[in-house]
Amino acid sequence: MLHTINQSPFRCNSLKTSIRFILPDDPVLFLEDGVYSVQDNNTFKQTIETLLKTNPVYAISHDINARGIKNTIKDVQLIDYEGFVDLVEKHQVNTWF
Amino acid sequence: MTEDEDGEIVKKIMHVMRRAPHGTIYTYEGLEMVLIMSAYDQDISISFIDDGVYALLKDQDTAGLEIKGFAKTFKALDGYDVEKLYVDKVSLEERGLKPEDLIVDVEVLDSAAIGKLMKEQDVVIHQ
Repeated sequence: MLHTINQSPFRCNSLKTSIRFILPDDPVLFLEDGVYSVQDNNTFKQTIETLLKTNPVYAISHDINARGIKNTIKDVQLIDYEGFVDLVEKHQVNTWF
Repeated sequence: MTEDEDGEIVKKIMHVMRRAPHGTIYTYEGLEMVLIMSAYDQDISISFIDDGVYALLKDQDTAGLEIKGFAKTFKALDGYDVEKLYVDKVSLEERGLKPEDLIVDVEVLDSAAIGKLMKEQDVVIHQ
């Protein structure tokens, strides 16, 4: 199951909550304002690093670039819309918003 | 997906309620959606997570807001064969609530158990 998060973690508890429900190995994709979750050195870094131990984590590069985010947490994979489509083709989607 | 006795495809569809009932229209609209979808004989469940658990609180009186209360509609769901109601234990405890504070009988599950149920669904719809 692919989990997507599109809200800023500073405004919305989708990241905090979804973490409890996401099973190991399930891919997690951050998009739109959700990409602030993976900006390096933010307060959620430890949460994301813990997640990375068990799950692949992706973020949409266009959303990262649009927001001027220069550094993302290590091992977060930046993908484009084609990569997004590949993930959606392979998995059922659980859209946390 | 499975087939029922008439050979019709039955999908497992989970609705996830995560917002308090009166601040936005999401919960009310979500409930309407559940009722409509129940007409299509699908395998429907609802999970109440975060502020979604507030939608099930007993004794909600919306008369002063001059809006129709819909908490009682949750009690009618079993008449529509929507009987799988799951509540996230953490969300309930964070809010100082107990199962007996809720207007309907629900299954209180830990987050991982609800996570597993989510994975079994054909569709998960967040409200």
